[in-house]
Amino acid sequence: MLKLQQLARGSQRICLNLLTPGLKVTRFQFHLKKMEFSREKRLKARLAGDRRGDLYPHSLQFYLQPPTENISLAEFENFAIDRLKLLKVVENLGVSYVKGSDEYKSRLEREIRKLKFPFRALVEDDYDARRKDHISHFILRLAYCQSEDLRRWFIQQEMDLFRYRFNELNGDLVEKFLKYVNLSYGAISKEVKEKLAVQLLNSTPGLSGAKVEELEFYKVPLQDAMDLFRVRRVYLLNAFAYVPQTDIVAIVLNNFRTKLSKALALTARSLPAVQSDERLQPLLNHLSHSYVGPDYTIQKNIGKISLEHIDALSVKSFPLCMRQLHKALRDNHHLRHGGRMQYGLFLKGIGLTLEQALQFWKSEFIKGKVDADKFDKGYAYSIRHNYGKEGKRTDYTPFSCMKIILSNPPSPGDYHGCPFRHSDPELLKQKLQSYKIPPTGITQILELVKGMHYQLACQKYFQLTQDVDDIGFSLNHPNQYFAESQKLLSGGREVKKEPSEPESSQQKLSSQKSTNSCSIPISSNTEADTELEGLDAYFTED
Amino acid sequence: MAGFEPGSLPDLLPLYYRRLFPYGPYGRWLSYGGVVKNYFQRREFSFTLRDDIYVRYQSFNSPQELEKEMQKMNPYKIDVGAVYSHRPSQRNTVHMGAFQAQEKELVFDIDMTDYDDVRRCCSSAEICSKCWTLMTIAIRVIDRALVEDFGVKHRLWVYSGRRGVHCWVCDDSVRKWSCAMRTAAVEYLTLVKGGSETVKKVNLTDPIHPFISHSLSLVEPYFEDYALVGQDILGSSESWEKVVALVPEYILRLLLREFPKKHDSVQRWELLKKKMEKCKPSHAESEIMLQYCFPRLDINVSRGVNHLLKSPFSVHPKTGRVSVPIDLRKLDQFDPLEEDGEKENETEPEPKRRTRDYRKTSLAPYVRVFEQFVEEMDKSRKGELLKKSDLQGDF
Repeated sequence: MLKLQQLARGSQRICLNLLTPGLKVTRFQFHLKKMEFSREKRLKARLAGDRRGDLYPHSLQFYLQPPTENISLAEFENFAIDRLKLLKVVENLGVSYVKGSDEYKSRLEREIRKLKFPFRALVEDDYDARRKDHISHFILRLAYCQSEDLRRWFIQQEMDLFRYRFNELNGDLVEKFLKYVNLSYGAISKEVKEKLAVQLLNSTPGLSGAKVEELEFYKVPLQDAMDLFRVRRVYLLNAFAYVPQTDIVAIVLNNFRTKLSKALALTARSLPAVQSDERLQPLLNHLSHSYVGPDYTIQKNIGKISLEHIDALSVKSFPLCMRQLHKALRDNHHLRHGGRMQYGLFLKGIGLTLEQALQFWKSEFIKGKVDADKFDKGYAYSIRHNYGKEGKRTDYTPFSCMKIILSNPPSPGDYHGCPFRHSDPELLKQKLQSYKIPPTGITQILELVKGMHYQLACQKYFQLTQDVDDIGFSLNHPNQYFAESQKLLSGGREVKKEPSEPESSQQKLSSQKSTNSCSIPISSNTEADTELEGLDAYFTED
Repeated sequence: MAGFEPGSLPDLLPLYYRRLFPYGPYGRWLSYGGVVKNYFQRREFSFTLRDDIYVRYQSFNSPQELEKEMQKMNPYKIDVGAVYSHRPSQRNTVHMGAFQAQEKELVFDIDMTDYDDVRRCCSSAEICSKCWTLMTIAIRVIDRALVEDFGVKHRLWVYSGRRGVHCWVCDDSVRKWSCAMRTAAVEYLTLVKGGSETVKKVNLTDPIHPFISHSLSLVEPYFEDYALVGQDILGSSESWEKVVALVPEYILRLLLREFPKKHDSVQRWELLKKKMEKCKPSHAESEIMLQYCFPRLDINVSRGVNHLLKSPFSVHPKTGRVSVPIDLRKLDQFDPLEEDGEKENETEPEPKRRTRDYRKTSLAPYVRVFEQFVEEMDKSRKGELLKKSDLQGDF
């Protein structure tokens, strides 16, 4: 449990050198309160005038150099929390609005201003905002480098934030910034452009012939144009991408992401040094948990699920993706790798023990083409692997919605993925009809799918199948879906106020009728420390 | 596959590894000219022994040492993995986390089982010369893009030994590609998307990217013979219903009414094409062709730098067929069912000289293809070196 007092026990100041990956920090610089004042003065004096401008020549940066100054613990913490708030806003706006739309931009600008980050390429000195931007970014790197899920989330939000801010730069500043980060490319000549006119036109959506003529095209090495060519938005010839000036932002983002992702990997390696600082470790942990919530590895109810109940549970409490996988497994007596991973880890998350999992998969597979011997040889290994009993012995965590939606889309013969993301709308509609979702609900879900709000669509599905008016949480994990549903079915949302009574899962299922009218919104994590309550409330209010 | 008895492998493999495996060019290939220090030594090999016993993270000091080990162990299958930061066999001696996969060829795996929803002749692991056309098309499409779009020079296409093909892209720069870059390349090369819950797996929008139009022009020449005549995809109401599900609603009804009046798939396709002409913004005709013929890549094999792939000239333990390189100049004549390599080899006359035994067997032309591939790489490496020394000479 996090105790902020614990942070206070050590020194009040922190040397930011420890944010430099690879740098071995053996001893932190501790400063006596007395000295602080004079130090701060000196620091301010040093940074005044030209030096300040040298440090942050642009409002935007690639965060290549870690900060090295000393700051107070209070500032450290405030910076971190503010940036986390900002990134959370970025995430929420990205779900609710079209990225880059006026509404999105104006709301994001308001938040950036409110939290005092550099919101536009101001000519006037906004040193404090730039410094805060710089330092807070590096602090969050520490908190978000620890697992793949965390890194993915952090990179995604930082990218969106960067994209917004880059697009706010005016032409002149764009040029300057590109030079600053070493990303200027040569434009192709008129003759080359004429020769390639048709190809350029056909490979760049939203261009007209006239536009091709007036736009500059840059010849960019393949590696730098990854995000453009992966979706075929750019012409590729002989290891070069021909990028119109309007798409240069994608190149910059691509470069930013590559650097950030490498830096995070590096930071992760030097993490043990940082974690040994007892003042920081709890704070960093809390910061990262604020976003993802629990990762559903450690389950209180491990072994509380019995295999006979899975069929019933799959109908009542599984999210659609898992229901689909379960049905496919029962129908075909087989699931391909992607399905086994997604479903197997989910089952682990709801409390299946390794022995149960082995029994569950085996009993199903041997009904199909796989005999017991082949199962033990070919499939049992990967199940034990999922439970951290083989290979590098990682205890794998169940997939989050983001991971399911963004990575490893299903191929022919696969049943994994997110049904809201990876199904034909027509098939999705039929499926929802067969699950007795009312027509108005189906229309609402399909509307959300169309707007690419897959998690909201799933949330709606939860609302409709569990028959609640307000679900009171924002859904980002299939296991969360299951836990919330179980809570509802067992009246668990009231348990907090009443002494809990032990119930078997059988009872949980049968009590659905009597309790499903309950719609008390779930309160924020009551176990959180009072000191950080404000922060917790912030992250659960959406 | 008929006629091969996996039980005979223990007798055949020693013969194969002693007399036929082309160690010379194989070692030259994976040494890459010895330019990078310990490149061969840091390469992972994995052997599959009897009863599916996997031995991973093996590495060898020299091709000769690998040869000795292969002749000693007689592996059922050999996989090639990445080049690591340290010798894989010594991975336990370095700090955990320091042992990292650094480089590998960009590989593609195209497997016939991924086409099960669009082929009618066979299913799962079975193949015949009819559906093999899908692999021919796949190679043509992917290879063109690799060369023209990605500027790649050195590709080795290999029959997997059972039901598909592999491609090894070996250019120096490509071997250094990150996982993200490999993923991006596969995504660029992928048009057929969606699992069992998606009926329409190819969706084209204007403008049509040059990669797609190039690919279409490679698919088209095969389409009539392969899909309409060979697979007869419009032959019965049951199978044409799957096809017309991909066209716009109002044409669908029209086609369902008129299809029974036509005699065969070719005529029905003509009709479909004619009807589609009238609603130009739709690309249904191309989409159908692509859904039925366009290559389906297994992204997970290509993505990971550390992913293992069955080595060229490894034997497939289930079929006994050798994984042989495919000569792109004779691509249309390649027939996987003819390559019962090992069985034939067994009956070849006892040769006199030990080292070049494969020259006397049916394996010879494939080794030749492999040698040419390795020679090409040597040549361009020498060219590079010359260029470099010329540049230095300027000073």
